[in-house]
Amino acid sequence: MAGSVPLASAKTPTARNRTTRSTGAAKWILIGAAVLVLTWLIVLPLAVVIIESLKKGLGVYVDAIRDPDAMSALKLTLLVAVVTVPLNTIFGVAAAWAITKFKFRGKQVLVTLIDLPFAVSPVIGGLIYVLVYGAHGWFGPWLQEHDLKVIFALPGIILATMFVTFPFVARELIPLMEDQGQQEEEAAVTLGARGFRIFWKVTLPNIKWGLLYGIILCNARAMGEFGAVSVVSGHIRGETNTLPLHVEILYNEYQFSASFAVASLLLLLALVTLLLKSWFTRKSQHHS
Amino acid sequence: MQTSASKRGGLPGFGLTMGYSVLYLSLVVLIPLSALLLNSTGLTWEKFWDVATDPRVLASYKVSFLTAAAAGLIDTVLGLLLAWVLVRYDFPGKGLFDAMIDLPFALPTAVAGVSLTAIYSQNGWIGSLFEPLGIRLAFSPIGITLALMFIGIPFVVRTVQPVLQDLDAEVEEAAATLGASRFRTFRKVVLPELLPPLLTGFALAFSRGIGEYGSVVFISGNMPMKTEIAPLLIMSKLEQFDYAGATAVALLLLLISFILMLLINSLQRRVRKTAR
Repeated sequence: MAGSVPLASAKTPTARNRTTRSTGAAKWILIGAAVLVLTWLIVLPLAVVIIESLKKGLGVYVDAIRDPDAMSALKLTLLVAVVTVPLNTIFGVAAAWAITKFKFRGKQVLVTLIDLPFAVSPVIGGLIYVLVYGAHGWFGPWLQEHDLKVIFALPGIILATMFVTFPFVARELIPLMEDQGQQEEEAAVTLGARGFRIFWKVTLPNIKWGLLYGIILCNARAMGEFGAVSVVSGHIRGETNTLPLHVEILYNEYQFSASFAVASLLLLLALVTLLLKSWFTRKSQHHS
Repeated sequence: MQTSASKRGGLPGFGLTMGYSVLYLSLVVLIPLSALLLNSTGLTWEKFWDVATDPRVLASYKVSFLTAAAAGLIDTVLGLLLAWVLVRYDFPGKGLFDAMIDLPFALPTAVAGVSLTAIYSQNGWIGSLFEPLGIRLAFSPIGITLALMFIGIPFVVRTVQPVLQDLDAEVEEAAATLGASRFRTFRKVVLPELLPPLLTGFALAFSRGIGEYGSVVFISGNMPMKTEIAPLLIMSKLEQFDYAGATAVALLLLLISFILMLLINSLQRRVRKTAR
């Protein structure tokens, strides 16, 4: 269920008659209350990350980020995202094409199954891969015989991340492509265009912004996943430690400033994601 | 599965995209999940029952449920306020306000976890205000609830917002013209329309809260029987190589998640229908 609300739902508010517009006082009280709630719930946690990371000065901040373990965690996090996001994007586009352009039995079941990883606790998302590839798992003995490591190694981290970020792109595209129907593609077929060209020239321009939106959400989660990765990583510093896990390790060692410094990198990722998100939303509204 | 393209509306690529989707879905989601359901750890019924009724396990479920429900309820009220203000009023900085709502979706949970702990611990900005009153925020169920509130708030706002936008202003205007007070109009006309999305938002926040791990482990203190959540218990059983025990706790959690998901799906269909 995590983290995705269809872009298509955003609309510009309708103009309202004076009778339903709140009187000045009520309006400003409600706005004030809402700003207070937002500041408390969302702005405060954001501000604390920045303030705590700089508490012991810029030197400590820079050292924490330039630390070899932090750098290798950053590299691993980027690597995991580079593998996971394209794979889930290809799946999302393929699934959305099959689901929205054709009629077939069991469509609703397929849509529900795609959503499954959002309903499952991330810790379970890690656990299931341990049950399949771990030392005592289904393929464990075989993997050991062939000297292959999945759990407590890079493949396990990638698989667990693929699981938790699985629905993002598909979920964004399905409602969008459903709304757009298939007349334009059918027209292209009549004009003699085929296969991939139809997708590239007709479908893609229409879904571009929604697709990008799904990709950045998928990416943010892939780089930030904690629970699922925590189960399969083994927490080996400099090897199987991602940035979020590095935040935890530093925190548990009471290196708070360093921990928040690394956390600020992830905060930056979140802020860039939000910035791109509102840009894509504006573009898509302009488009339609 | 594959039938002639003409039968399916003339567009190409059904076999390829459908085949690939099902294969990828099976490899990444269905087969690994079935490892849990097919009980690869040799978990017997007795063992399952032993684990499921263990006081520490039951306590962890209770903590997870109560905190997720409390957070979901508070988020429903606060989320309605935020959505209302965003849809109904214009004010400076509204665009930024709107964008910030999604921060919990984009921020890695571990970052939220350490940050919230810093705010609510004894010497934190807010925690220190409550310490003299003898109220501990961090390392108590209150702390867990606060973390889950952060995680859940965008679900409520983003579910209520589009429905509120589509709400027919004319009905409200009619009610006002007929002499209904503003509060009465809200209660009798607006609230019934908003009930399905509010319920959906609550269910989404609740469902996410039950499975949440990253933002909670730092602030909860993880005391068995008191502030230990169910996902953490799975984690600690795994760390002790008790795979059967971890599977037992996970199975129950998974079952609850499935039921919630089906409930949310039917709720969302209803919301979409009224919206159209």
